[in-house]
Amino acid sequence: MADHPFCFAGRDFVARPSGALYWPAEGMLILSDLHLGKSQRMARRGGTLLPPFETRETLDRLAAEIQAIRPALLALLGDIFDDDAAGQALPAPERAQFDSLLSTQQSFLVAGNHDGGSGAPLLRHSGLQLRHIAAPGQGPDISGHYHPKARIAGRSRAAFLVGRDHLILPAFGHYTGGLRHDHPSLQALVPNGIAILTGQRALAIPLRYTG
Amino acid sequence: MSLPERIIDWFGRQGWEPHPHQLELFKAQDDTLLIAPTGGGKTLAGFLPTLADLMEGPHQGMHTVYVSPLKALTHDIARNLSRPVADLGLDIRIEDRTGDTGAARRARQRVDPPQILLTTPESLALMLSYPEAPRIFANLKRVVIDEIHALAESKRGDQLMLGLARLRNLAPGLQVAALSATVEDPGALAEYLGGARIVLADPGPAPDIAMLDTAQPPPWAGGGGRYAARDVMAAIEVARLTLVFINTRAQAELFFQALWDVNDRNLPIGLHHGSLSREVRTRVEAAMAAGELRAVVATGSLDLGIDWGDVDLVIQVGAPKNVKRLVQRIGRANHRYNAPSRARIVPANRFEVIECTAALQAVAAGDLDGEGRGPVAKWGGLDVLCQQILLTACAGPFDPAALFAEFRSAGPYGALSRAQFDDCLDFVATGGYALRAYDRWQRLVERGGLWQLRDPRAARMIRMNIGTITDTETLKVRRRHGGAPLGEIEESFAATLTAGDTFLIGGQTVRYDRLRDMVVEVTPKPSRSPKIAVFSGTKLATSTQLSARVLDLIGDPAKWASLPGETRDWLALQREISVLPQPGTLTCESFQRAGMHYFCAYSFAGRNANQTLGLLLTRRMEEAGLGPLGFVATDYALLIWSMDPVTDPAPFLTSESLHAGLEDWLAENAVMKRSFRNVATVAGLLHRNLPGQRKSGRQATFSSDIIYDTLRRHDPEHLLLRLTRVEAMRGLVDFGRIEEMLAARPLIVHATPPHVTPLAAPLLLEVGKVPIAGLGEDRLMAEEAARMMAEAGLAA
Repeated sequence: MADHPFCFAGRDFVARPSGALYWPAEGMLILSDLHLGKSQRMARRGGTLLPPFETRETLDRLAAEIQAIRPALLALLGDIFDDDAAGQALPAPERAQFDSLLSTQQSFLVAGNHDGGSGAPLLRHSGLQLRHIAAPGQGPDISGHYHPKARIAGRSRAAFLVGRDHLILPAFGHYTGGLRHDHPSLQALVPNGIAILTGQRALAIPLRYTG
Repeated sequence: MSLPERIIDWFGRQGWEPHPHQLELFKAQDDTLLIAPTGGGKTLAGFLPTLADLMEGPHQGMHTVYVSPLKALTHDIARNLSRPVADLGLDIRIEDRTGDTGAARRARQRVDPPQILLTTPESLALMLSYPEAPRIFANLKRVVIDEIHALAESKRGDQLMLGLARLRNLAPGLQVAALSATVEDPGALAEYLGGARIVLADPGPAPDIAMLDTAQPPPWAGGGGRYAARDVMAAIEVARLTLVFINTRAQAELFFQALWDVNDRNLPIGLHHGSLSREVRTRVEAAMAAGELRAVVATGSLDLGIDWGDVDLVIQVGAPKNVKRLVQRIGRANHRYNAPSRARIVPANRFEVIECTAALQAVAAGDLDGEGRGPVAKWGGLDVLCQQILLTACAGPFDPAALFAEFRSAGPYGALSRAQFDDCLDFVATGGYALRAYDRWQRLVERGGLWQLRDPRAARMIRMNIGTITDTETLKVRRRHGGAPLGEIEESFAATLTAGDTFLIGGQTVRYDRLRDMVVEVTPKPSRSPKIAVFSGTKLATSTQLSARVLDLIGDPAKWASLPGETRDWLALQREISVLPQPGTLTCESFQRAGMHYFCAYSFAGRNANQTLGLLLTRRMEEAGLGPLGFVATDYALLIWSMDPVTDPAPFLTSESLHAGLEDWLAENAVMKRSFRNVATVAGLLHRNLPGQRKSGRQATFSSDIIYDTLRRHDPEHLLLRLTRVEAMRGLVDFGRIEEMLAARPLIVHATPPHVTPLAAPLLLEVGKVPIAGLGEDRLMAEEAARMMAEAGLAA
């Protein structure tokens, strides 16, 4: 009941409160923007030393989703690691956990702008395109990249944006900031439709723009 | 040593004579703390030794650093000093350096510093973080700290004291003169400075201060004081220049509008508060200095010692909450030494009549009070210390033992232990995480016994995040089709607005159109009644001392003679129907009204503490199955309504009982998260939102709440969580005052009057009621989402 079922491009999907997308007809679980190793990358660049627990948090949440859904397919839409060095420096236990989560079912990796080269640029599945960044005019597609968020009753949450041509996923990673749904680049992609907020439960609200 | 002839002559040409305290400061060979009322020539006293010294001959490099809490003050001082400097024929440069100073000038100041530098604690910290700091300050002779009483109340003072300790190391023999308005405990302030001789100026004649006569008595509840607009207007008309102080920005906006409604003679009246844009504020300040205004309605933004020319009347609308603040505000009036200040107080409601009476008695008795974290913190914040370690590393490699010794020489850190210092150093260097370390990517590394930045490029980001002011995030408000910014509103307030809502800013009603590039765009909409009149601001809590005086006054009918007739009748009725709250007792009432059970505790603990008490008590009542529905907290009392009555409050009102729920409740509380954000930002874990980053949006900012939750789960004893608990308990939550109250008033008196009592009735009219969870955040959001979907014609 905490899920939010909806329709996109003539197909039925389920938005999970965690920020994961489930495609029941295909048995496919779709996530984007895990940004594993983010705190490490910031530290490497001489920046702040954030609590280095976000990779574990993100993987635990991914494990919980796989446990709950038991999907046949898993698709990760890019920016899996915060950068290549972060991917290579992933501590052994977390690398093992990640590999085992990928091998629980068949998994597809799409390349993002932070993953230098690994993964496919585009995944076509059952008539839909799955990519990292939405391609204007080439939809319908499912993508991530923007880390959309939306606000209701004074609270801001990571959110799915569902329009006619594009379905944009929130970031699944733990320390990921967001871009407001009314930012011009997101408004251009999803000029109308709904936002589905993540949190304790998935909450849909209409997208409204004034002016 | 006496004043040089040329300076005495200069005084003579102004038609002045040096005050005794100015001469005493001039003669001083040691560090001094000057306590003088406004208008006592404090600043000149601080600078006379500098001027005399510079008259003797040229000085290589910087001679004197002047630090003030306000940028505006440094501009003023630069202007005021230029006159004696020119008259005395001194060939020196006086320059200010604040966040507004341009990059080219800042760079030049590092190479070729002026003789006198006027700055703020933050800009001084920045200068000290440069590798060339030892050279810039090597020849420094004097430091003048203005408004030290204001600085000492916040972490800005802690930062300044650490900076001072560094300066003393860089320039041995440095002499410090600190200037303060009237304070309750000069000794504590001198200790804060690391020791200084106290010089007390003649306080001048007693002020002429009284309540303003009003045509009607004040209303039962509320805080706006609008009932008195016509009376205030009448007072303005017969004065030359009036300052009208009011406690919050929203109230200032509303009162300003109310004044204009009755401004039949169209007198020029201005508005000044911290939410207005810089341009607007500067314009009002300039008009005031030029004598073009007859009155200014202001909040605390005008509180500090700017020279206000010809103010001859101060009107305080609403109870002052704090006697010291009142005295300092009165100081604004008749800004001439030896002329009595004239001030009038306008209580906003019946309860405030009593508070104002008590405040007047305190002023007459010279009984001042502290505020915030106490008059002077016994120890400085460790988050400030963390920042200072980072800044020190920006200047160059440091020896930890030497740095520890330097910190200990700063007044607020005299009791710092080596273990605390090492904790802070570990946090700054490694993140201080118990479960996992950043082995290769430490922020600071040790090489040959000296600690330094691993990546020197990090210095830039560290310097950008300098300072201890962590204001709530605000958004600029601007007219939709261009034009100057109107002011700023808090982000949380902006989030509650939807297109079409109207609110007040800068004395005009505007309509919210949209948020664009982090600017709130509005259209002016002339209307008398804005839909949303309030934006949240800091609510001041009444000081402990003033609360005690109020309680004392209420509890003793023999003292009621000083109160107006209708207030006496009100209290007499309370005594008849129920009981009067008295010192030494915690008076409570239970009564029924319209099928609901009410419980009222007259705690007199201040608004913040009462709010906390309300949250904790309703939690206990929830556990006891009494079904609490909501509560409202004021400075004096807490009123809770519930399904079932409280029959015996004593078990709820023990320190242990309240403490039991505190930790759990606190951990989840927004107050705690806000404290964490402050602490983590000051300590350098979180970066401030910088203008450039905000626009690019994505990934630039982390939610501090997520960091907080992650730390709590994985590393609950982390340094920053420990600091957060201390800060939340001390400041926002004010739990200390609840404990103080329970200890001071061990006897619980519980009355069960037949119906609502005279003292409780105004509480029923108070705004700001807090509903109790059970509703829950998610349900609230779900209902709102369902409503929006239905409205949009979409199925949820």
